[in-house]
Amino acid sequence: MDLFINKVSKATQVLISCSLVCFISALCYSMSKYLDYKIVAFILLLTVSIVAVLFDIIPVFITAILSALIWDYFFIPPHFTLQVGSTEDSILLLMYFVIALVNAALTYKIRQIEKIGRAKEEKANTVKLYDTLLNSLSHELRTPIATIIGATDNLQSNNHNLTDKNKEELITEISKASFRLNQQVENLLSMSRLESGFLQPKKDWCDIIEVVYDAVKRIEENNISQKITINVNPDIPFCKLDKAMMEQIIYNLVNNAVQYTKEDNRIDIIAHCHADVLELIVEDNGKGFPEDEISNVFNKFYRLRNTKTGGTGLGLSIVKGFTEALGGTVYLQNLKTGGARFTIHIPVQTSNLKNIKNE
Amino acid sequence: MNKAEILIIDDEAQIRKLLEITLQSNNYTVNQADNAKNGLITAENHPPDMIILDLGLPDDDGQSVLKKLREWYTNPVLILSVKNNEEDIISALDNGANDYLVKPFRTGELLARIRSALRNSAVEEGDTTITCGEISIDLEARTIKKNNESIKLTATEYRLLSLLAKNEGKVLTHQYLLREVWGPGYINQSQYLRVFIAQLRKKIETDANRPEYIITESGIGYRFISKEE
Repeated sequence: MDLFINKVSKATQVLISCSLVCFISALCYSMSKYLDYKIVAFILLLTVSIVAVLFDIIPVFITAILSALIWDYFFIPPHFTLQVGSTEDSILLLMYFVIALVNAALTYKIRQIEKIGRAKEEKANTVKLYDTLLNSLSHELRTPIATIIGATDNLQSNNHNLTDKNKEELITEISKASFRLNQQVENLLSMSRLESGFLQPKKDWCDIIEVVYDAVKRIEENNISQKITINVNPDIPFCKLDKAMMEQIIYNLVNNAVQYTKEDNRIDIIAHCHADVLELIVEDNGKGFPEDEISNVFNKFYRLRNTKTGGTGLGLSIVKGFTEALGGTVYLQNLKTGGARFTIHIPVQTSNLKNIKNE
Repeated sequence: MNKAEILIIDDEAQIRKLLEITLQSNNYTVNQADNAKNGLITAENHPPDMIILDLGLPDDDGQSVLKKLREWYTNPVLILSVKNNEEDIISALDNGANDYLVKPFRTGELLARIRSALRNSAVEEGDTTITCGEISIDLEARTIKKNNESIKLTATEYRLLSLLAKNEGKVLTHQYLLREVWGPGYINQSQYLRVFIAQLRKKIETDANRPEYIITESGIGYRFISKEE
């Protein structure tokens, strides 16, 4: 009902409510043989109440005044004059008027209270979102920082108690922590680029095979244990795309699969292009996603329930942001055979120059 | 041992310290400047064999320092910057940088880039063969061999490969390659470049999908590298 108010302009509201009152009055007038004029007052009051529920305060006041005048002019004897015959009728008319106005005022007040309640609820939700964000961010940033500080402290002040093996392990931890920190910062920077709204894809001809392999190469540098297979037809045409963004999309999807599947799972990357639409599929044979959470996984900072710690919940929202910046869509489904499949469609300009004459 | 002298122009003391230790332990002599003005004065008073330049300096933009250096300085300049967008990198290369490395960087990668930049500046005009790992290019006979086996290249493929190999280790931008190999009218025809790079890779790489010689610099260009000795 609130939506109805917001959508319809005040003038239209006045028009609708006045027409309604006139229509009801005409109806009552045609049946005035059977209806006492006092009953008509109740019917009109009911109409004003309905209008009060639907519309803003000003249309309601206008309706209230109009209905009072109509009632007086057409129904209270003597008819067709604004004069009122008896004292009793004067009191009735006054009461009618007051009730109609109070009705309007009360409804308005209730609506204001509702509005405040909603604003409070919205604010609470925002605060909750920021809490989640701060929690996951501070965890994600502080853990590697704590590791680095702790390990270097150890190396500096406890050096003589450490075996060479200890030292080597501490240095490895520092290195791992720095890379993790770097990854988080990259994610945050990508996200803020997306949020700023200034992200302009720099489109140029891309060899999709190269884009896929470059993304996979970066992932394989992390010594992963899952098997990644790449299935791209060598004859796939060149596509006009922002290579860095496309590579990041593939990297994030595959990296997500790597994080949340087991060591012996496999991850397949499939790409093809027809009718100037590039289709990219990244699927795995892991556990898949809980069905009721699929619609949330692309939300910023969303983490699956009962998931392991780590990760800021930014990877997939960056996938969605970049895909949409390229004019495409991303879609997630669970496979019947188990596992999850991400499908991306991006409209692209293609070039079959691959078959260029080689001179 | 080579005792090449390297000048570091960077305002961050931590980065200068890291570079100093890394370079000195690899037998380079290190000089430092913490702003553009000092950097330019040091370079002029005592021209180094190579300069490592940061783009975000407190008193001047690194790109303009690079332009001022390039008015007279011909040895390699390597840009080391946190800026990682393609425009900054391309304009640094256009302004005469030999190479560009984004912070954070791996020191192994930095050392490899320094080695190849210094090696390149030592290549004489008169050299007639280039050898990179298993690949050797005879510039006079215009032939290519991999593990002593001849590889047949078309004329365009040869022009492209020899240009890349002559600049081993250096990023060559798309525009530069298109202009040099195809001509000024082709600088926006990047798909030509993609086609010929793909064909070259099929001919010289062990696995064309995992290239070891012709490396893509996304959105910027290509770099030919010789496998580390």
